Amino acid sequence: MAATGLTYDDLPGLLERLTGDEKHDWSSLSTLDVLWVLHDRVLGPDDAFLLSKGHGPAAFYAVLGAKGLVPLDELDRFASFGSILGRHPDRVLVPAAGIGSGSLGHGLPIAVGRALAGRRVFVLVGDGELDEGSNWEAVQYAGRVQLETLTAVVVDNFTSTYHWPGGVEARFRLEGWDAVRVDGRDHAALAEALAARGAGAPRCVVAEVRP
Amino acid sequence: MTMRERFYALAAAALERDERVAIVLAEIGAAQLPQHPRVFNVGIREQLMIGVAAGLAFEGYRPLVHSYAPFLVERPFEQVKLDLGHQDVGAALVSTGASYDASESGRTHQAPEDVPLLATLPGWTIDVPGHPAELDALLDDALAGDHRVYLRLTDEENAAARDGRRLRIVRRGSDRAPFVLAVGPALDQALAATADVDATVAYLTRVRPFPAEALRAAVQADEVVLVEPYLAATSAGAVADALRDRPHRLLSLGIRDPELRRYGTPAEHRAAHGLDAAGIRRSLDAWRGDPALAAA
Repeated sequence: MAATGLTYDDLPGLLERLTGDEKHDWSSLSTLDVLWVLHDRVLGPDDAFLLSKGHGPAAFYAVLGAKGLVPLDELDRFASFGSILGRHPDRVLVPAAGIGSGSLGHGLPIAVGRALAGRRVFVLVGDGELDEGSNWEAVQYAGRVQLETLTAVVVDNFTSTYHWPGGVEARFRLEGWDAVRVDGRDHAALAEALAARGAGAPRCVVAEVRP
Repeated sequence: MTMRERFYALAAAALERDERVAIVLAEIGAAQLPQHPRVFNVGIREQLMIGVAAGLAFEGYRPLVHSYAPFLVERPFEQVKLDLGHQDVGAALVSTGASYDASESGRTHQAPEDVPLLATLPGWTIDVPGHPAELDALLDDALAGDHRVYLRLTDEENAAARDGRRLRIVRRGSDRAPFVLAVGPALDQALAATADVDATVAYLTRVRPFPAEALRAAVQADEVVLVEPYLAATSAGAVADALRDRPHRLLSLGIRDPELRRYGTPAEHRAAHGLDAAGIRRSLDAWRGDPALAAA
C-alpha cells in the first residue's frame, strides 16, 4: 500500500469514518498520540510493533490507515461481518496489527520471544492490563536476561482498580528495566523516550494520560 | 532408555543439526538438556514459556516446548489457544507424565485431560507414542513443519515399537470379529486382554487428525472398542463420525475418574482405571454380554 500523505491532523476524520461519530472528543483516546508517534517517528522497517491492549482499537486502525497499512475503505466497514477490522485486531486478517489481541496479557510474553531472536520490538500495554500475571512473568524474565531490544510502552490512564504503588515504572525498575515516565500527549517527549535504547536492559516507557 | 531420556537425546541432536530449532523450558528439562544459545529456560513461568515459543515462531524458529503435561497444556491453555493457534504460528509441545506416570505425586502432576483438551483446538497434530523407539520419526515430523504438534511422552511402553502414524492392524481376527483400536501405550494391555478372543486389534499413535478414512476401510465389524490411555471417549466422537452411516456399537475405554485420590504405582493406577488387561477384558465381556467369554 502506498503512503497516503495523511498526517496527525487527519486522524479525527479517519476516526469518524470508523465510528460514525462526528462529535466525539478524540483527544480522550489514551493511545492515539503514542501510536502516532511510534508509527510516524520511531518504528523502523525491521522493527516489530505489538498492540497487546487490543481493546478500543479505533486509534490504532486510524493510525494504520493514515500510514497506508490498512485500506482506508476498510474503516467504513469497521466490525461488520466482511470487515478485516474488528473490535479486537486479528493479525491474520490485518498483518500490520502484529498480533491478534483482546485477551489481556499476551503481547508482552510474545514480544519477549521475538526480542530473544534479536528483533527490536515495541509492545503497547495498558496499566489495567498489567493486572494480568502473565505480564509479570515476562517483565521478570526480560529484566533478568537483559533483553535490550525490547521496549514496553505502558499507556497509563489510571484504570487499574488497585493501582501500582510508586507508579508502575517502579515495578519495572525493580525487575531490572530502564524505565521512564513521560507525558503521553507530548509528541517530542514520547519520540525521545521511545527512540532511546536500553543499555543492557529492556526499556519501559510509561506514557501518562490523565483520563 | 525411557521415552523421556530418548527425547532429551534427540532434542539435543536436533539443536546441533537444525538452526531453526529452539527449545523453550520452564525449569523442567533444563538439567537434562545442554546449555545452548537456543535453549531458553524462562524459570517457573509456563504462560511465558508458550508466549516466548510463539514469539520465536514469529521469527522463523521451530520451537520445541517441554514440560510436565499439566504445566504444558492445562496451566497455559489460553496461551496455547491464542499465542499459537489464533496467531497462526506453530510449535511442537512435548510433554512427559501423561495420565498417571506420576502416580505417587497425585492429581497435580497427572493430566488425563491433556489430549481431549488439545483435541478441542483446530489444527493440532497429536501423537501418543507407545515405545521410545517410535519417537525418532515423530520428532522428525514435528520439527520438519511449521504446524502445531503435541507429542505426549510416557513411561508406559509396549514390548515392541511400531509405526502408529497411520492405523495399523496388529492382529487380524475373522471378518466380523470385534475391532479393537488401541492408542499408544494401551496396545499391549489390549492385546493381552483379547489374546483368546476372536478380535482384530489395531494400533494408532497419531490420534489427531483422526484417520477416519483408514478406520472406515479397516472396520468390517459392528462392534468397535476404543482403548485410550487418557480420558475415556476422547475419540468416541471421531469414531462415531467416521462410521456415521454404519450401524455399530462402540465401547470407549479410558480414564473415567481423574480424581482417583490414590498414590502407589503406575500399574496400580492402570488397574484402578480398568486399563490393564484384566480390566479391559472385564469391560469387554460385560459389554458383549457373552457369558461364555465372561467365564473364560
